[in-house]
Amino acid sequence: MNSQRIHAVDVTARNLKANARLSLKDQQLRHNMRSAMDSLISKRIISMPDEDERENLRELGNKVRARALSELPDLLELLEANLIKQGIQVHWASSTDEANAIVLKIAQTRNAKQVIKGKSMVSEEMAMNEHLTEHGIEALESDMGEYIIQLDNEKPTHIIMPAIHKNAEQVGRLFEHRLALPYTNDVDSLIQSARGILREKFFHADIGISGVNFAVAETGTLLLVENEGNGRMSTTVPPVHIAVTGIEKVVANLQDTVPLLSLLTRSALGQGITTYVNMISAPRQPGELDGPEEVHLVLLDNGRSQAFADSELRQTLNCIRCGACMNHCPVYTRIGGQAYGTVYPGPIGKIISPHLLGLENTPDHPSASSLCGACGEVCPVKIPIPALLRRLREENVKSPQQAGQVMDGQGSRYSAKERLLWKGWQYFNSQPLLYKTGTFLATRLRALTPKNLGPWTQHHSAPKPAARSLHELAKAHLEKQS
Amino acid sequence: MSARDTILARLRRSLEGTTPIADPFDATLVDEPWRYTPAERITRLKALMSAVHSEVLLTNSREWPQLLTDILAARQINTLLLAPHTVHGQAFSAHCQTTANPVQLLAYDRPIEEWKRELFDDVPASFTGTLAGIAATGTLIVQPSSAEPRLMSLVPPLHIALLNASQIYDNLYQAQQHWPKPMPSNLLLISGPSKTADIEQVLAYGAHGPKDLIVLIVEDA
Amino acid sequence: MSNLFYNAAPQETRVAPPRKPARTYPTGKPTQVYLFGTCVVDLFFPEAGMDAIHLLEREGIRVDFPQGQSCCGQPAYTSGYTEQAREVARAQLKLFANDWPVVVTSGSCAGMFREHYPDLFKDEPEMLAKVKHLAERTYELAEFLLHVCDVQLIDQGAPLQVALHTSCSARREMNTHLHARALLSQLAQVERVEHDHESECCGFGGTFSVRMPDISGAMVADKTQSLLASGAQQVVSADCGCLMNINGSFEKQNIPLLGQHLASFLWQRTQTKQEASV
Repeated sequence: MNSQRIHAVDVTARNLKANARLSLKDQQLRHNMRSAMDSLISKRIISMPDEDERENLRELGNKVRARALSELPDLLELLEANLIKQGIQVHWASSTDEANAIVLKIAQTRNAKQVIKGKSMVSEEMAMNEHLTEHGIEALESDMGEYIIQLDNEKPTHIIMPAIHKNAEQVGRLFEHRLALPYTNDVDSLIQSARGILREKFFHADIGISGVNFAVAETGTLLLVENEGNGRMSTTVPPVHIAVTGIEKVVANLQDTVPLLSLLTRSALGQGITTYVNMISAPRQPGELDGPEEVHLVLLDNGRSQAFADSELRQTLNCIRCGACMNHCPVYTRIGGQAYGTVYPGPIGKIISPHLLGLENTPDHPSASSLCGACGEVCPVKIPIPALLRRLREENVKSPQQAGQVMDGQGSRYSAKERLLWKGWQYFNSQPLLYKTGTFLATRLRALTPKNLGPWTQHHSAPKPAARSLHELAKAHLEKQS
Repeated sequence: MSARDTILARLRRSLEGTTPIADPFDATLVDEPWRYTPAERITRLKALMSAVHSEVLLTNSREWPQLLTDILAARQINTLLLAPHTVHGQAFSAHCQTTANPVQLLAYDRPIEEWKRELFDDVPASFTGTLAGIAATGTLIVQPSSAEPRLMSLVPPLHIALLNASQIYDNLYQAQQHWPKPMPSNLLLISGPSKTADIEQVLAYGAHGPKDLIVLIVEDA
Repeated sequence: MSNLFYNAAPQETRVAPPRKPARTYPTGKPTQVYLFGTCVVDLFFPEAGMDAIHLLEREGIRVDFPQGQSCCGQPAYTSGYTEQAREVARAQLKLFANDWPVVVTSGSCAGMFREHYPDLFKDEPEMLAKVKHLAERTYELAEFLLHVCDVQLIDQGAPLQVALHTSCSARREMNTHLHARALLSQLAQVERVEHDHESECCGFGGTFSVRMPDISGAMVADKTQSLLASGAQQVVSADCGCLMNINGSFEKQNIPLLGQHLASFLWQRTQTKQEASV
């Protein structure tokens, strides 16, 4: 399957448990995350007060995405044909390495030295900044949150709000140290400082990079959603615009973007719409006085076609990247985004990352969930995230030799011993006589219950079986009744 | 095989024997909850845009040039970027002839490369028309053109937009039914001045685009 | 939320199932029901099972407790051991031969019957019919008392403030929180107090609590602290998995609060002197 994988971040993805242990101890992080997520949760629901409206729209959003996936190859070809007709160059990449090579080649052809980036999670997936830097090209993030974390050599902690784990004081200190600015924790001043610096970067940039929220096949339109204006700057000021996106981001037509936009901005931020919705269908036309002379679209697979191959796992690709699942996730809220060690954190990250990186590199991601269902409940396109997590657990414990390979790294948590334990459990629970004997012994020997039950007793006292099981009590009682 | 062919072949193989889902689009779901009377459209657009730090002023086709003059004077702005050959550009240019202390009018009449520095550093405000408005979300639809290029509504710190009340649609779905076909090279929905909440979710305006947005709604047009 | 009952061919792109209409309930009480006690109740909270029997019997309903029952299969299912879960489920499906309602003393196990058994047997048409029939007549206890028995509880106890915790699957699959709230509100002297982040998971999640003890531990620590801060004198829940988690954490932290199963709480609050002396 995909031989080339994301680098740079998968080093820590394997260590989710250890990363989480560290994050959990960071009280400042816990506090910052909790208050931020609480606020996003309440904004979402305030913006979607009518349950029928919300639920009907979620159903429509799901169908629109499912429809697009059900004819994905055709839509991609239609999109490509329309974009080319309108003067936008289209590139395809199976892996992040291929995508980086494409971007680098465009940059080198233009002799580019400076690249300015609007927000793009796919470029994070590619580790594009690192790749361009290695080749002597400056790649600077311009989304305020992305800019902050780039200054601090961090990775985004949230797909919508990359620096949500930091408070104003921390950002103030960062600007003080990295930009030699006088310390302030006044958010307006911090933003104005960054604006000033980044304006010059936009001015001089040779290439602007952006993501894509929806690629409309029928009209050949790249639709970008943002609040800051950095997306518009990145896609308008430099002479070249390169948009990078996953192959799943295509929708059939413009009207399909109506429910998706409404779901996206309300689920993400509680906003009825973002400040800017930027629809790009062509580079600068004859007679136009600005806009990029060249526009490129890079379509990236990187494991998506693997998820696509299975109709259940395919639902992962419905995602419109709103981040609501993370905002509502009790695990994400506690450990923050960086503990996942992947570009996409939180519930959606746990179901998409195994396809991007292979289960062998994300062995604990499917298990790092209590399956509470909060994510599935809020997902604007109704991805059954808990069901998909469960499915990935199943793939994760399958024997690597078992037939029916659906994904890379399948069976990464396979353990013959554990499987045997569950077989024993099965046997115990499907043989009534054995079960009753077992519970009889457990109740009679309750005094011998060990005080140390490994991980459980780190946070709990040891549970002690009752003196008599319900089987016994009920039997005695019901016999007496009759 | 090229990456393109590999990807498409894999996707096709995965769909073998399946049928595409029929178009599920139910327009009532995105239309009916968001319908308004003409008067409501104006109030709603005004309320929503004001809530995100825009200034929305109601005016009419006779008075708006003077209103614009007053706005600029109040803000001590004496340079304005506008498109002199559009109807509204002509109207304001003509009005400027009649005032005592006219603002200096600048036209975006050269390719950006020829005056990028000036646009970035020396233009305090721009004035553009709009294609339409959207009541449901408090939104302006702006179609950049040769006369009013893309950066006009983005680079200057103050953007002033003229919107005809009769061109406010109920919602995005309805607005889409009247969009230019084929799609222009760039089409924008603008719903306020640029903003960010990336630091501690504290809302700050003027992130990268205009710090202020003023909308003049012309009620008799 | 679950993805079941969809009947697309395997490779057809899936569309989410439509929203489930509100459940309709039979009018009039049945004369007899099955009780499915669940494995955790069986071994750790048997009194909750007995109190459920008492509550049902007081409604004039005869209770059958199939002795062959063990576990609904959920631990294996959520751990990815689908085959093992299926075989344990198969054993449970033999137990309910008569057409009586099946009352379950845990929302998440009732949800397993209703929402996940169809997934387990999606490739076995004969079993699937059986499963669907079971799903239709499965009720979580609070739901059954409230909507099928139309129970009228008469509070016999002293004024008390209680906090209610509802398991996530019970809340999302079965609306158990609403049923439990309605039952508690029938108790004149009981005041239900809200706790901070009430709808949030307690961190149990079955094997999650032992696979990811640090994360789970942080979640239950927050849950117990917010229950404590609510000022409630007692904690009530209709799910024994959560109770084991919450009570174990209370004990470990020496917090003098205890969670009780809703069945026990309701029975103790409404027991008359006469009933108590029997």
